[in-house]
Amino acid sequence: MVAKIGSNEFCMNGLINNTNPSSRKPFQANWPLRLGGLALLIYVAWASAQLDITWARFSSGLTQAAKFFDRLFPPNFAAEKAEMIVAGLTESIQIAVVATALGIALALPIGILAARNLMPAWVAWPARALIAVCRSFHEVVVAIIFVKAVGFGAVAGVGALVVGAIGFIAKLFAEAIEEISPKQVEAVRASGAGFFSVLAYGVLPQVMSRFLGFASYQFDANLRASTMIGIVGAGGIGVSLMSAFQRFDYDFVCAILISIILLVVVAEVISGFARSLFSGNLARLNYFRRGQFDHQTSHQSLAKNDASINVNAAS
Amino acid sequence: MKKIVGNDRTIEIRGLVKEYTKGVPVLKGINLTIPGDGITAIIGPSGTGKSTLIRCINRLIDPTEGEIIFQGRDLAKLSGASLRAARRQIGMVFQEYNLVERLTVMENVLTGRLGYVSAFNAWLRRFPAADIAEAFALLEAVGLSNFTYQRADGLSGGQRQRVGIARAIMQRPEILLADEPTSSLDPKTSVEIMEIMANLAGSRGIPVIVNIHNVALAKRFCQRMIGMNGGQVVFDGTPAELTDAALNTIYGGENWLE
Repeated sequence: MVAKIGSNEFCMNGLINNTNPSSRKPFQANWPLRLGGLALLIYVAWASAQLDITWARFSSGLTQAAKFFDRLFPPNFAAEKAEMIVAGLTESIQIAVVATALGIALALPIGILAARNLMPAWVAWPARALIAVCRSFHEVVVAIIFVKAVGFGAVAGVGALVVGAIGFIAKLFAEAIEEISPKQVEAVRASGAGFFSVLAYGVLPQVMSRFLGFASYQFDANLRASTMIGIVGAGGIGVSLMSAFQRFDYDFVCAILISIILLVVVAEVISGFARSLFSGNLARLNYFRRGQFDHQTSHQSLAKNDASINVNAAS
Repeated sequence: MKKIVGNDRTIEIRGLVKEYTKGVPVLKGINLTIPGDGITAIIGPSGTGKSTLIRCINRLIDPTEGEIIFQGRDLAKLSGASLRAARRQIGMVFQEYNLVERLTVMENVLTGRLGYVSAFNAWLRRFPAADIAEAFALLEAVGLSNFTYQRADGLSGGQRQRVGIARAIMQRPEILLADEPTSSLDPKTSVEIMEIMANLAGSRGIPVIVNIHNVALAKRFCQRMIGMNGGQVVFDGTPAELTDAALNTIYGGENWLE
């Protein structure tokens, strides 16, 4: 070993390295991953050939695309078109709001029923099965089913989005409940509280801010989806979009697309603001009312908290 | 020292066994009479079943066998509404405070009344005026009246445990259980917490059963000491009777005593 030290340049700083630096590998080769990647590559090449995805096909499409984009511009915001857009967007917003409200109202109890730490297995599993069914189809597929079942219009759209909301919010909400601290719940139970009081004081305070986060995200998603489900006849701006496409009224299509983009961006800004209001802190709303803007996060120094309390007591 | 007399708050434990895994008892047939007044300490090494014993009393843990007789009822046999009715008469203070972090201090204290208030009123935060007045008085008594509207997660350990005590006293309990209430606190705060608990319970005549690791603290505040080892009661007497020999029986070894 001593002889080796002399030949090892890594020992200049006095560290003694007894092993040959090249003899050990820090990472192990993951052969299953490599083979899997290779298999995926081969399949993509084969499937592309099957589907006639070739450069020739793509470049012939490009000339068509150029014509299409040429006809998109300038967008047509003429008065009667603008009126249609406003009417369509209004209906889309209404569908999204109503569907989100109904979806939240249904997802809250279903999510609680699906939480395995609150419910016995014979309740939780059927609830989880319901959620799984709601999650299995895309909104558009559900919208088609609703259009066939209850006819064209906003009712079908709302129904489709409610199903989607249950699938999304209830699932995440149930998972959030399953992650809560059992100690806080234990203390509430120890006071002799019944199930619903334990829910209100031990469980919901721990998950409510996350629930509001899910709900506002779902509202974003519903707005986007509500512009699209009209394509299959379930109401909203999508109906105008689809008929404009069918009439080759491309400059109107462009106006509709721009309006949808604006709506989604505005909605995202608003719900982002709402989320930041709620994020992790329901009680902070009380602080806003009390003007305690300086009460930031939970674990800041107590001295600071004391100061804000004293200000409050003085006022 | 107060003479220990049997009154209606005495707890009779007979043949109490708890097995988390079948055939591996944590409590191996506990027979114990816990006096209905003053403070009773349960001491013993970690993992010897002290917490399990105390949690069997308010049934946060279900015992495998045995009886826990309190006010003419066997707590071990209760379920549903009768269990909740028994629980609301048993206050509990926890090692890690177990406050609901996102609720305010006041909401946490009023949690002690949930056994008495209907779920509907509880959801709407409607509590009887007498309860609210008592909650304010208790917060005053534990020195936290300036923190009424503050969320529990902004408090220090000592402050949290005071809220925990106020919450337990808020139940107007017949008996108070404390599961290592000072183990997460510094020595000075530990003494303060024990003082607050002893005062509030003592002035209301509430007997206290406390699991505690700090023997000196236990001797200072408790009138009765119960020593456990290996899931069995190995000592039962006054603090004066708790000699080094007795401590040796409870904890084993002796080097740590020096």
